[in-house]
Amino acid sequence: MLNNNQKDRLFQWVINLITLIIAIVTIYPLIYVVSASVSNPVHILSGKVWLWPVEPTLTAYSRVFKSANILIGYRNTVLYAFFGTLTNVVLTIMAAYPLSLPDLKGRNFVTFFITFTMFFSGGMIPSYINVKNLGLLNNPLAIILPGAINATNMLIMRNYFINSVPGSLREAASIDGSSPIGTMLKIVLPVSKPILVVITLYYLVGHWNSYFDAMMYLRDTKYFPLQVFLRQILVLSQMGDMAETSGVDDMTTVLIYAALKYAIIVVSAAPLLILYPMVQRFFEKGIMMGSIKG
Amino acid sequence: MKLSASWRKALAKYWQLYLLLLPVIAYYIIFKYVPMFGVQIAFRDYKLRVGMWGSEWVGFKHFIRFFTSPNCWPTISNTLWLSFLSLIFCFPFPIFLALVFNELRSPRLKKTMQTITYAPHFISTIVVVAMLMAMCSTSTGIVNTLLVNLGLAKEPLYLMGSGRYFRMMYIISGIWQNAGWNAIIFISALAAIDQEIYEAARVDGASRLQQLFYITLPGIVPTIVIMLILECGRVLNIGFEKVYVMQTDLNLAVSEVISTYTYKIGLERLEYDYATAIGLFNSVISFILLITVNSISKKLTETSLW
Repeated sequence: MLNNNQKDRLFQWVINLITLIIAIVTIYPLIYVVSASVSNPVHILSGKVWLWPVEPTLTAYSRVFKSANILIGYRNTVLYAFFGTLTNVVLTIMAAYPLSLPDLKGRNFVTFFITFTMFFSGGMIPSYINVKNLGLLNNPLAIILPGAINATNMLIMRNYFINSVPGSLREAASIDGSSPIGTMLKIVLPVSKPILVVITLYYLVGHWNSYFDAMMYLRDTKYFPLQVFLRQILVLSQMGDMAETSGVDDMTTVLIYAALKYAIIVVSAAPLLILYPMVQRFFEKGIMMGSIKG
Repeated sequence: MKLSASWRKALAKYWQLYLLLLPVIAYYIIFKYVPMFGVQIAFRDYKLRVGMWGSEWVGFKHFIRFFTSPNCWPTISNTLWLSFLSLIFCFPFPIFLALVFNELRSPRLKKTMQTITYAPHFISTIVVVAMLMAMCSTSTGIVNTLLVNLGLAKEPLYLMGSGRYFRMMYIISGIWQNAGWNAIIFISALAAIDQEIYEAARVDGASRLQQLFYITLPGIVPTIVIMLILECGRVLNIGFEKVYVMQTDLNLAVSEVISTYTYKIGLERLEYDYATAIGLFNSVISFILLITVNSISKKLTETSLW
């Protein structure tokens, strides 16, 4: 029979082993993609690339960065992500802060008015008709306006203000002659950095990775965000301007495409994967304080 | 307009904040409540020419058409299957991750593991599906190469092409994408457990495994229940995006769910009224499900959303 001390040591071993397996399973596909993107495509097709790059080359990347569609998509995605997230965060604060004040008359009604939309919505088609009636079809604003506030994010931010900003702090400011908006900007927001970071990241990731709104509302290629091009290239296998098939046989096309896919994946996913570890320290506090019912 | 004294006082003190709320309320009216009223086209014969208000009322015609169409039951059953399988297989993983990470003795290792497992959450649906397609390709995919070389399969499997593996691939990739990120809420809940309870248990001679089962796990049960209720409420709202991107003609028999069907009827075949009826049916059922699960939980565990 094992004594408790031995049992605990065995327990720790099992935990460490499980942790190792989780790490490998999670990270392997990412390493494979990066390795394949810089390998000679012949070796991807033959299955020789399985962990590290084989015959490293950057040909695929140079082709990706020469593609007009990828560049247009990238530019549009950056613009949508920037202006979209800015709109989102500003409007979310404009809703969350007033609704966090216990003595703001009418706040329960407005909160209900907003939360109701989380449980019941018009659905896909009425929303589409609405955007169409507003004249926003094939207009970049259709990517930004219909989702300008996310009710869940608003509630998380409101709960954070309720749970972690003491009322005495606001009162002291207002006694000192600060206006409500002044208090919000100078006192409340500076002490709410974790939630601001978390909510900004939520919206940013949403904009960067979304394709459905663009697919539904946009017609012109010049407005397409990156994800729509990615779907055409990666999922529907339409290489567009990257193939340059003139004077190139089928096998070469297959080879080009094999490496290209992985390079495109890396180029599109890299910005967020580099960004999130920098703000990771805010996740737990932001999410915890935001999810306690206020 | 006459305002009561309490409103006048509130407006005098907070008029700036009411001003901030105005655009927010306008947004909700224009982009949420107007479409909500637009739902009535589910009960009308929608004619583009005369618009919603001019279109004739037809009662439950579109609903009856859906319930009697041959696509009705397969679509509902596909939706339910995919949702329930996701719920059963995807839901426990974040809890498991949180419990494992909670037992790591080195804070640095714990943080690194969190960083690693969050990563897939930041990758878009399109890219995840593209990675699946590339890695599971029968000719060049690393998964099939491994399966065949390790003797686990005699020949390459059509993992992405056929309907047979569709649900499995959907769920496995779903776990990979979200388990780490969804663990955050449980990790926060674990951090809130009083450390003195562990101290007392150690004094009483409890092993680490016993502490896990008798202190840690019960400590996060309320969080688990809340998350489970929310998941149940989403059962019919299976994410449109990933299913749609993974859909091919070959797996349509298992991959056509209510939301993808609504999209095709509405935006490809332009039958707005019929598609709205299907969508409305979907949201009404989801709403009833959420309320039911919530009230059951309220009775059984005293934990509820409201």
